[in-house]
Amino acid sequence: MSADYRPMWKELGLDLEAHDALLGVLGPLYEQTFTKQPNRPAGMKYFDFVMSEVHGLRIKELVDAKKAGRKVVGSFCTFVPEEIVLALDGVMVGLCAGAEFATAEAEKYLPRNTCALIKGAFGFALARVCPYLAASDLVVGENTCDGKKKGYEIFKDLVPRLHVMDLPQTKSMEGRALMRAEFKRFGTYLEDLTGKKLTVEALEKGISTVNAKRSAMHRLAKVRAADPAPISGLDGLLMNQIFFYDDPARFTGSVNAICDELEQRIERREGVAPKATPRIVISGCPMAVPNWKLPTIIENAGAVIVGEESCVGERGTQQLTADKGRTVDELLDAIVDRYLKIDCAIFTPNTSRVEHILSMSKELRAHGVIHYGLQFCSPYQIEAGPVERRLEKENVPTLRIDTDYGQEDVGQLRTRVEAFVERLRG
Amino acid sequence: MRSAGIDIGSRAIKLVLVDDRRVVHRAVEDTGSDPLTVCRRLLDGLGYECITGTGYGRHLFKEHWPAAEVISEIKAVSVGATALVSGCRTIIDIGGQDSKAISLDAVGKVQKFVMNDRCAAGTGQFLEMMATALGYTRAEFVAAAVRAVRAQKLSSLCSVFAQSEVVSLIARGAPKEEMALGVHQSIASRTAALAGGVPVEATVVFTGGCAHNPCLVSLISGAVKHPLRVPESPQTVAALGCALHGQQRGAAP
Repeated sequence: MSADYRPMWKELGLDLEAHDALLGVLGPLYEQTFTKQPNRPAGMKYFDFVMSEVHGLRIKELVDAKKAGRKVVGSFCTFVPEEIVLALDGVMVGLCAGAEFATAEAEKYLPRNTCALIKGAFGFALARVCPYLAASDLVVGENTCDGKKKGYEIFKDLVPRLHVMDLPQTKSMEGRALMRAEFKRFGTYLEDLTGKKLTVEALEKGISTVNAKRSAMHRLAKVRAADPAPISGLDGLLMNQIFFYDDPARFTGSVNAICDELEQRIERREGVAPKATPRIVISGCPMAVPNWKLPTIIENAGAVIVGEESCVGERGTQQLTADKGRTVDELLDAIVDRYLKIDCAIFTPNTSRVEHILSMSKELRAHGVIHYGLQFCSPYQIEAGPVERRLEKENVPTLRIDTDYGQEDVGQLRTRVEAFVERLRG
Repeated sequence: MRSAGIDIGSRAIKLVLVDDRRVVHRAVEDTGSDPLTVCRRLLDGLGYECITGTGYGRHLFKEHWPAAEVISEIKAVSVGATALVSGCRTIIDIGGQDSKAISLDAVGKVQKFVMNDRCAAGTGQFLEMMATALGYTRAEFVAAAVRAVRAQKLSSLCSVFAQSEVVSLIARGAPKEEMALGVHQSIASRTAALAGGVPVEATVVFTGGCAHNPCLVSLISGAVKHPLRVPESPQTVAALGCALHGQQRGAAP
């Protein structure tokens, strides 16, 4: 990091010693995972910089925004409508949940058989090492899976302000009505918090900013369809992860800049791996920073990941919000329509998800799919069976992996992944 | 052409040397805590033109024998079983710390495979732990299970829980041999559940160190409703697969 951020961290109430320990692990892990990749696009320098300043400069920006009277809204989920936050001049950030931290502390509040993501969120909060959480004026929870739903009942006492959004479990008329009412309630809550009003103009601006960010990711997905793959899956995932943290306009510009570079690579038929390298789509639970375990194993096994069907990936970015409506209510309708399309496994049924995986594998010219389930994540683990059977039936080789943030199963995972890559090679 | 195959497993290291597809040498040693020394000893003075490794220690092996090629256990055991048993379409392999089921197509290509989760339940290590808990040697343990006319049902598949379950069954005076059979049955049902993740079609071949156990062979055969073919030296099938893979690659232009 370029500057001394310790006074800022202290002011935010972080535990400096524990935070040092976290950064002491994160820095080398990042180096080892990302910087040694062969033939990386030059445009990744920006994202390297963002990661190197992920607890530094970006936090300073949040602190500065707060000083300027803006509110920082933290979330753990793609269902939280960023358009509304931006329309009220807020800043939205994803909160830390991608690593094991203070697990013993977290297990004082949660049963051991809680998924690693929820446990991680609690661990980061309890150990006071997530500056995003510390900078948040508001944390938005959502009733998605049982673990999060019940977890927020406990989490509310760990953070100064928590707003929980209810979410439907079906994509029915009634389900839509519930989401509509909850988005409206969220908007009103934020209006009260910010002292600002939702206007047509502000919402249109919010929609256009978030859509631009999503469109840049769609463009990235398109270039990743090229063979040889112009960029590694790890770098692709990294951009999807930074999607949640960075200033939206700057992020959009940087993704578009790297896409320009990648398009030139494609013209030169240049890639990060030779043509005919087995190409894989990852599907399943979200991978939050710094959860790079499985993608690292996959790419070290000689395959290249070409897409992520995940909340940190296409599930979170695939739909645009229609920018149509002459009133705030009509624009809210358009936002609800967009979010209701998310193929999350909390919906029953969730048939559109497997169709999306199939279309992704086709468009990205993938040879196989690796389904990633977090241990104790019932919605995705249960859905994995039918998804696997359907994909295999459509001749898409599929490997199902259930794991968590621990490192003790890396040997077994390598064996499985290498055997799967051998299967793809034929 | 002499091609060596080495399978560095969690419990044993297996070596097979083939010359023109004919096995000319075979050796098995406990892995212990220093697998590289065991590898060196097994390979000492052995003439070969190419070597292929597999098993848990394959990447460590590759670091020290850079000329070696490494392949996954799934591929290795598939090549070996296909060479030994014509018409092999399904492989059930139970080793020291993992168990797997593999489905092959008509030409021996892997179509689908499943492996146990990270814990050692349902593997050789589980059997060993249970034998120890009951105060049996490996051979006595199998013999006791074969002798038993009834089984004490073990409800737990976790090795740690199963061990305490055995302890409490002992305290209740349950006959040891009935518990021995119960342990075997629990592995058989777990294996059948695992194999349910792939299409199980004849001919089904049973490999790995646990295929030496006749009680397991008959129980698993019953559970998957197929006769099991156990090749000679089932523990070295993956090592053989490595040797044959190396030979094939060596022969290719």
